[in-house]
Amino acid sequence: MTENDKASSRPTVAERSPSVAITVDHLVKVYKQTRAVDDISFSLPRGSITGLLGGNGAGKTTTIAMIMGLVLPTSGRVQVLGHRMPEESAAVLGRMNFESPYVDMPMRLTVRQNLTVFGKLYAVKHLAGRIAELADDLDLDEFIDRANGKLSAGQKTRVALAKALINRPELLLLDEPTASLDPDTADWVRAHLERYRKENNATILLASHNMLEVERLCDRVIIMKRGRIEDDDTPEAIMARYNRTTLEEVFLDVARGRVNGAKEAAR
Amino acid sequence: MTELSLHGGISVHRIGAMILRYWYLLMSSWPRLLELLYWPALQVITWGFLQLYIAENANFFARAGGTLIGAVILWDILFRGQLGFSISFLEEMWARNIGNLMMSPLRPIEFLLSLMVMSLIRLAIGVIPMTLLALFLFHFNVYALGLPLIAFFCNLIFTSWSVGIFVSGLVLRNGLGAESIVWTLMFAILPLACVYYPVNVLPLWLQHVAWALPPTYVFEGMRALLIEQTVRTDLMLSALAINAVLLVVSFGAFLALLRSARKHGSLLSSGE
Repeated sequence: MTENDKASSRPTVAERSPSVAITVDHLVKVYKQTRAVDDISFSLPRGSITGLLGGNGAGKTTTIAMIMGLVLPTSGRVQVLGHRMPEESAAVLGRMNFESPYVDMPMRLTVRQNLTVFGKLYAVKHLAGRIAELADDLDLDEFIDRANGKLSAGQKTRVALAKALINRPELLLLDEPTASLDPDTADWVRAHLERYRKENNATILLASHNMLEVERLCDRVIIMKRGRIEDDDTPEAIMARYNRTTLEEVFLDVARGRVNGAKEAAR
Repeated sequence: MTELSLHGGISVHRIGAMILRYWYLLMSSWPRLLELLYWPALQVITWGFLQLYIAENANFFARAGGTLIGAVILWDILFRGQLGFSISFLEEMWARNIGNLMMSPLRPIEFLLSLMVMSLIRLAIGVIPMTLLALFLFHFNVYALGLPLIAFFCNLIFTSWSVGIFVSGLVLRNGLGAESIVWTLMFAILPLACVYYPVNVLPLWLQHVAWALPPTYVFEGMRALLIEQTVRTDLMLSALAINAVLLVVSFGAFLALLRSARKHGSLLSSGE
């Protein structure tokens, strides 16, 4: 490694700044012939809630996985809570958490057993009290001693959320947090996430296909298509730019390649 | 944070959490507990009767009483030790829980240490009743081997962990499509480790391969003890040295395969 390389791999002042939660810098991921993520850059301030929008194969999950350190980037770098991922992951993994449809909680353990194991992995103090608090907050009491495999989809999502919140994370990464939930449960989950963010000044990055969810929750939206960032702004500014009244309409414009036309019409 | 940490940042707290997870799992299923007992018991009964039959009809085996049944018990330590390690690992793959663990503060070395402890627990559940069966049905007391038994046990369990670590890395990298390797790799060692016959039965060139495997030293040592009443410390030390190399190499291979899994995105799609 040359001196220049060393200098470029060192975090900048902005990246080390306590006000920045995530910095993604020229991130690229290539799987064989496919560029899943193609040179994207953004940074998220602490306490923000950002929606990552895009159709299937847009690169949302790969981006989140690289931020978590589950997938290694082909090039570019990721900085989380002031630490480079995945090299310095040991310094931050205890301060962040995630929920994703790509993972499950062990099915044959009860909800309480699962939360106990994860609480111990995250070295949560006063664990029994924290589990009781989450059970109360997320309405788990009724089934807390039932095996995870015997829960409904909505109940499982609440348990996964409880696991994601067990260590009171400063940074929460959510991949489709309300997928396959009925509207009532989905609304309930969203309300809980909003409350958690406000009470803890937590940073939340969520990937979603649910435009209403993103409109309601997020103060910033990053739209991805074929691995690249198509747009990045507040929901209101993006809707205004595309001359649309909902993010769903914007999403369809982007997905169907009507981006330029819509922007032109807005001008 | 009040967690108890060892040198190098290894957390006993997190290893304990993983052991608790596997303990909950084991206790939640009586068929799995029964299975731990079932196969070793079946093995010892079958081979015990065979040994009785041979001993009645062959002078050499009458003299070498216990070599077959002793070999069965020691082979089971090797085989069940690896399975105990690998099955706990596979439980995470089957449950699609590996992403949760890799995203938690749990470190790879802590994960592997918890799997080692679980292999000992599972082994104890299966093999202790097996040794008692051998004692009561066939009057073969494996504990009468004394201190050499500890050397045999340690060498076999170290080999089983090395194989377990390596195949776990393969499954991590290649998904559950590689699961069959977990169940079959140890059987590739069976003929070469000379479990039921001495090394000099093999062709000369194959004997060199056999001596590269630590279990070969253990089974030779067992036969020396049972047939000639000789304790072969030299064999045990050689096995220990090879085991040390194997453990380091398998851990290095696991880390390389984990890195490759991260590179190829296998941790997100741990199915077939």
